[in-house]
Amino acid sequence: MQLELSAEDQAFREEMREFFTMKFPQEIRDAVTAGRELTKEQIVESQQTLNAAGLAVPHWPEEWGGRGWSDLRRHLWNEEMQAAAVPLPLAFNANMIGPVLAHFGSQELKERFLPPTANLDIWWSQGFSEPDAGSDLASLRTTAVRDGDHFVVNGQKTWTTLGQYGDWIFTLVRTDPEVKKQAGISMLLIDMTSPGVEVRPIELIDGGHEVNEVWFTDVRVPADLLVGELNGGWTIAKFLLGNERVGVAPVGTTKRVLAQAKELAGAQLEDPFTRARFAELENELLSLELTALRVVAHSEGGEPHPASSVLKLKGTEIQQAVTELVLDLAGPAGLATGEGAGVPEWAHLAAPTYLNMRKASIYGGSNEIQRQIIARTILGL
Amino acid sequence: MDFTYDDEQDALRDAVRGLVGKAYADFEQRRRTAAEEPGFSEKMWTQLAEMGLLGLPFAEEDGGVGAGPVEIGIVARELGRVLAPEPYLTSVVLAGGLVSAAGTRGQRAEVLGALSAGESVLAFAHDEEGSRWAPSASAVRATRDGDAWTLTGVKEPVPHGARADLLVVSAALPDGGTGVFLVDPDGVQRDGYTTYDGGRAARVTFDGTAATPLGTPGQDLEPTIATILDIGRIMAGQEALGAMEVALAATTSYLTSRKQFGVTLNTFQALNFRAADMYVSLELASSLVQWATMVLATGDATRAADAAARAAYQVSRASRHVGQEAIQLHGGIAMTAEYSVGMYAARLSALDHLLGDGQHHLARLAAGIEGYGAIDPLAPTAGRG
Repeated sequence: MQLELSAEDQAFREEMREFFTMKFPQEIRDAVTAGRELTKEQIVESQQTLNAAGLAVPHWPEEWGGRGWSDLRRHLWNEEMQAAAVPLPLAFNANMIGPVLAHFGSQELKERFLPPTANLDIWWSQGFSEPDAGSDLASLRTTAVRDGDHFVVNGQKTWTTLGQYGDWIFTLVRTDPEVKKQAGISMLLIDMTSPGVEVRPIELIDGGHEVNEVWFTDVRVPADLLVGELNGGWTIAKFLLGNERVGVAPVGTTKRVLAQAKELAGAQLEDPFTRARFAELENELLSLELTALRVVAHSEGGEPHPASSVLKLKGTEIQQAVTELVLDLAGPAGLATGEGAGVPEWAHLAAPTYLNMRKASIYGGSNEIQRQIIARTILGL
Repeated sequence: MDFTYDDEQDALRDAVRGLVGKAYADFEQRRRTAAEEPGFSEKMWTQLAEMGLLGLPFAEEDGGVGAGPVEIGIVARELGRVLAPEPYLTSVVLAGGLVSAAGTRGQRAEVLGALSAGESVLAFAHDEEGSRWAPSASAVRATRDGDAWTLTGVKEPVPHGARADLLVVSAALPDGGTGVFLVDPDGVQRDGYTTYDGGRAARVTFDGTAATPLGTPGQDLEPTIATILDIGRIMAGQEALGAMEVALAATTSYLTSRKQFGVTLNTFQALNFRAADMYVSLELASSLVQWATMVLATGDATRAADAAARAAYQVSRASRHVGQEAIQLHGGIAMTAEYSVGMYAARLSALDHLLGDGQHHLARLAAGIEGYGAIDPLAPTAGRG
């Protein structure tokens, strides 16, 4: 066992730190630091800046812009980005559909979609969840019926994050209703400007517009926009949801917010209970970070370390606990929605952030699903 | 940066597991051994010596092996897995560690040589009434008369104090500070008793007892004691990890075999989720303890002190969670002395209170939170981000 990074990895880390803190647009970092919602333009600019430096999709195959880094380097890249308040590459593009197309897509689909996906020239939305298919994703009902060289899609998706910005949506659809539910699902790429696609905003408890319903009414989709095999969508979905072992726990961001919170706390830091709460959260976060490091150090090229399932579960719990701490620090000053007279920005953003972050233990396989995975696959229960 | 053992370390783990596993895999055997005086197996103590484990932390010139914290951690973890009652932590890591750190060349060779050979059991007599894990002493006072030193006062609890062949005693020095003394226990009043984890401790009363200063006479060794206690905390963490691993394994095994309402317990999701949370606690604690062990290996005492507090806090929380839930998920059987899991909870609790519990360490950590922004566990030197 050895604590320190190799000289090469240490140099890599410095290089990342220098790029993110010195060469990345400061106003975007400031917006992230302040906890403001980013505009579409800022998110696009951010990813294009990263992509120009070869830092948007380092985990893709090298042919399509990947860098061939070790899991450890990817971890360091991810952590340094978060620590520097640089927005992560859009997950739908970089972590979801990109790797899926690189793995399952035809050569034609790869050439057409991968470069603009890396550069966020195409903004992808995710069309997985439905009103009756959340954690039980295989119960989805949106249908795609073959009609000549097209599929005709009907149904409804929900929780489509940032769908209002989406150019295209990668969608799981039912292409065979007669077989076992997992066996009749396919993945289709759908142009969101197609006739019959309608995006409707969902208002959330934090007052923001982050998610949408997407309705499909007789949407005609060219059959060559099928990804992989017909009825092979479940395999793709499992690949998409399961191939991520780096960055599952947002350690860097949570650390940054917790360190910021110490500064915001002001005189409240005199309170021993408040101090203990900081110390407790820091320790939990350290144990999580070290677990993430154990996982990347251990899973090099092989099967993921079993402890990786801890990361999502505990990572989101700590993330939520930190937003709770910040809201408590704001106290009554956090009551204003939007800009309250005289209320500091961080204080009036504290409640929306706290409320918004309740989602973290629900999305991406709820934490109850994570417990089920641990119980079943690790503990054999 | 990596968290894996090399081949030699794997081999060490297998060897220790083979030895103590064979002796104590049967919990009944462990119970019998703990029930008879001196509360551990003298034969096993000799076998541990023969395998080189008792001399592991000490320099070769002192009769030891010169291994590092990772190796010592491996031994502690394996002993923890079977609740081995031998006083490795208190005799080797604490008392031996102090002699190694502060003793004269002659003292090191004599004391550590005998300890490494399995010929001697040491006790670290440090705790005093009202003192909660401080690195200083006040209730036992040292008096100097020329070159002769004597001790007066009471130490309690002294783990394995009644059986020990040599006492390593902390005492308040006449001119301030805390010194450490070697005391031949012959003629010292020792009132031994059994501890709730099946171990042994004693009340040791010094009454003008002749004592030999460890190292330079009159030197304040409080910082050295503090460092040794921090090392002990990390190794106690390793021992607790071993115990938690087995307590969790026993629990999952029970859930898959025990039937109620005509089905095995793992049919009930509520129980499985609680076991999953035990796993989460264990893994987080494991990461932190392994990291602290590596920090210890860097030899930076300041950094190690911080890491020890962090590990101890995380282990304290995890130990209570895993120990308590192991009993709850087993149900009534876990309340019986015959079944092992209750004793795992007892041992975890004893380890938690031996060198500072979670609340104690949280207070330590809370006192320093302004000193840094965020913690960087990979910082190349003592610095933090």
